[in-house]
Amino acid sequence: MTRPAPEIVVVDYGMGNLRNVGRALERAGARPRVTQDPERVLRADRLVVPGVGALGNAMRCLDQQGLSSALRERVGDGRPYLGICVGLQVLLEQGEEGPVRGLGLIPGQVNRFPESLGLPVPHMGWNGVKPLRPHPVLADGFFYFVHAYRPVGVPEERVLARTDYGEQFPSALGFDACVAVQFHPEKSQRAGLALLERFCAWSP
Amino acid sequence: MLTKRIIPCLDVKDGRVVKGVKFVGLRDAGDPVEVAEAYDSQDADELCFLDITASHERRGTMLDLVARVADRITIPFSVGGGVRSVEDVRALLQAGADKVSLNTAAVERPELVAQVADRLGSANLIVAIDARRRDPEDPGQGWEVFTHGGRNPAGLDALEWALRMEREGAGEILLTSMDRDGTLDGYDLPLTRAASDLLRIPVIASGGVGSIEHLRQGLDDGPLGGGASAALAASIFHFGTHTVSEAKRHLAQWGVWVRPVDKLA
Repeated sequence: MTRPAPEIVVVDYGMGNLRNVGRALERAGARPRVTQDPERVLRADRLVVPGVGALGNAMRCLDQQGLSSALRERVGDGRPYLGICVGLQVLLEQGEEGPVRGLGLIPGQVNRFPESLGLPVPHMGWNGVKPLRPHPVLADGFFYFVHAYRPVGVPEERVLARTDYGEQFPSALGFDACVAVQFHPEKSQRAGLALLERFCAWSP
Repeated sequence: MLTKRIIPCLDVKDGRVVKGVKFVGLRDAGDPVEVAEAYDSQDADELCFLDITASHERRGTMLDLVARVADRITIPFSVGGGVRSVEDVRALLQAGADKVSLNTAAVERPELVAQVADRLGSANLIVAIDARRRDPEDPGQGWEVFTHGGRNPAGLDALEWALRMEREGAGEILLTSMDRDGTLDGYDLPLTRAASDLLRIPVIASGGVGSIEHLRQGLDDGPLGGGASAALAASIFHFGTHTVSEAKRHLAQWGVWVRPVDKLA
């Protein structure tokens, strides 16, 4: 008998391309269940928070739907969490644009790539991701990015991987059973699919 | 370091691929989904769909196509052609497109670009510009913007227009040389270079690719190259002259920083 596909709760707070994340999770062998309900978020054994767009909008939507307090309680309770793009940024303390307060689960800010780097912003396309130490979900490879803001001031023990864009910015953060990536595994072909498969199989 | 992107572009009419895709191994070369999957398996970095349907039926057909493509491919893709409003953009993104491009509608209503950027974000928004040299022999005379699939002059300078679109909130500029489109003579490198130097947002070079060397020229950051972030091409891939994987292997050997291809692709 084959193992039943793991159920993954995907949080819908009006900011993500949920269909694409859902499709990618199905390809990875999971059963995605989309929800806006804070109770289901608290119960979720495996949780994914996707998202595109600005941190300020994301936090407003999470607050309005009562999801902020659910996430504060659920992320870091020992069960797997995967944040994607804005789903990473919401974990930090503060965003430069606004400024806006994040969930504060990881110390650090979300600031725009400075003009002084002399590189196009947004950072858009495929870039290398280098894990700083072995991690059950992350792997060395090329992933698809699209973002103008990136984490800064994050303590080194919370940085899981870095990417070179004029500076070595943190492209994956986390602790315990929480992993959050600035890139889009759902758009990153085989490398992205493999990451999602590892997340689905992760038993921290 | 960020890699340079290779983007095959598909023209679609009434939900079918036109300008004949001829590379081998396809059951139905007119099916956009099948062609898209083939380019995904060749390790294209992104795909671009351009809807050239003239009728009013286009919207439903395109939404259906976008949903079917999104179900099957694992790389980002953009959709353009006949996008008129914030609601059009939203519907295409919700159907599964990663980016939407505006062209004629942006010229007719420049405020549309800021509206889309405010409500849906810049990252999803490409402004496509069709540019033609004022003097075919002298790039020093500049380039003029054309709309309606390259038929109507807009009375705008292409570089000034690109800069304005960046300020309004475009996330990327897809810059097509009308002089070179379909010629296989290579990109209009002075045009690509001028835009890449001027803008802070990524520039996608388009129009004229007939060889892998042309892709290299468009992406080359050196003084003679276009300096683009991404290279769009149609014929050389559609006609099976080269697979995307072959092109990327050559580019890598020539020192262009591209995403490595899978050994089997």
